[in-house]
Amino acid sequence: MDLKKLKAGDVIKYTGVLYTARDAAHMRLKKLLEEGKELPVDFKGQIVYYAGPTPTPPGRAVGSIGPTTSSRMDSFMDLTVSLGLAGMVGKGPRSENVRKACGKYGIVYFVTTGGAGALLSTRVESSEVVAFQDLGCEAIRKLKVRDFPLIVAFDASGASIFERNKTK
Amino acid sequence: MKEIGKEEIINAVENALGTACTKLSPYALGKITGALKTEESALGKAVLKDLVENAEVAERESVPLCQDTGMVTVFARVGRDARLMCDLGDAVNEGVRSAYAKFYFRKSIADVITRKNTEDNTPAVMHVEFTDGDDLKLSLIPKGAGCENMSKLALLNPAEGIEGVKKFVINAVMEAGGRPCPPVYVGVGLGGNFESCALMAKKALLREKRSADAAVAALETELLTEINALGIGPMGLGGNNTCFDVFVETAPCHIASLPVAVCVQCHSNRHAEVVL
Repeated sequence: MDLKKLKAGDVIKYTGVLYTARDAAHMRLKKLLEEGKELPVDFKGQIVYYAGPTPTPPGRAVGSIGPTTSSRMDSFMDLTVSLGLAGMVGKGPRSENVRKACGKYGIVYFVTTGGAGALLSTRVESSEVVAFQDLGCEAIRKLKVRDFPLIVAFDASGASIFERNKTK
Repeated sequence: MKEIGKEEIINAVENALGTACTKLSPYALGKITGALKTEESALGKAVLKDLVENAEVAERESVPLCQDTGMVTVFARVGRDARLMCDLGDAVNEGVRSAYAKFYFRKSIADVITRKNTEDNTPAVMHVEFTDGDDLKLSLIPKGAGCENMSKLALLNPAEGIEGVKKFVINAVMEAGGRPCPPVYVGVGLGGNFESCALMAKKALLREKRSADAAVAALETELLTEINALGIGPMGLGGNNTCFDVFVETAPCHIASLPVAVCVQCHSNRHAEVVL
């Protein structure tokens, strides 16, 4: 799927890989990068999902796994660009800085329904911790998802769904 | 005198949290299905449909409604003729520990300095009141940080009046935008002092009905109407359903101050009550 062709407001069903990372994982990735150390995952062209699931019960691929508030990761936009990420998934509006960076570097910010972690877990086929196991729910997980619902919030040209839907 | 044992409290807390985090209450579900009939935005409608489906999956598969199973706030009302056979705080925390392990809930509590996870979702935050009777009544709110982080408090000047209060509450919801998982519930504490005002705002979220005080009820209705006119909509994607309800709790305050606190709650409005 060519993410760059998507437009703000488009609704898609994504099948492929998502890497979970939230506050603690971003802090650690930033530190590794600053220290010139090797990163545990090659994020180039990948999509990061701001999410920390509940523990996986027996017989399930993953626990409840909805998006967390993206704006907490706004201060990591330089890191996102450095990692070469193609997209981010979370919930809620983000800073102008993030929107502009999306336009400048051709990155897409998707949102999905917050508080729908049970429903979204049914679209996850497998989940494997690939880095920072000690962070528990904040570890980096590689998820294989099928028909995962995403809404384009900022497209690769920097257009925003929040602008369009702003208060009349 | 009625004796209430530790095991009884632990089991009650465990069961209440198990239900609150995996089963959407009929009240919250009713608000969502009601909004589905009035929502004008297509994306907003899609979000509300997701929430109905989410509740079905959560209940059917016993999986939490939301990955953020929250920090637990407990309002305890202890009857004067109830005899607690244990330390209430210990029993409540044991119930939390047990629920979060048994039901595979996320442990989201960390040391504030080191950020090291406590691994069992304790401690809970507890507030105790003493009442008549011989019951122990526990109201529990397992609340996520997405909405809690959008809460605010101000000590306004009395001259700012109710208009100033309304402006503060509406601004808090506007600035939060899609972040606290709207359509939200808004708890407002009005009056009291610095700490009691915040407590009233949180406690207001336990209510599911208009205030019995006509003036307060009118304020609740006005705030609800004005917040919904903001157009934030479900998950901030635009729409006419931004807020499901507003609950205001009041108390007298100092002549020199006008405290107001806003506690934002997400669309799932998870809370439970047990009486022992």
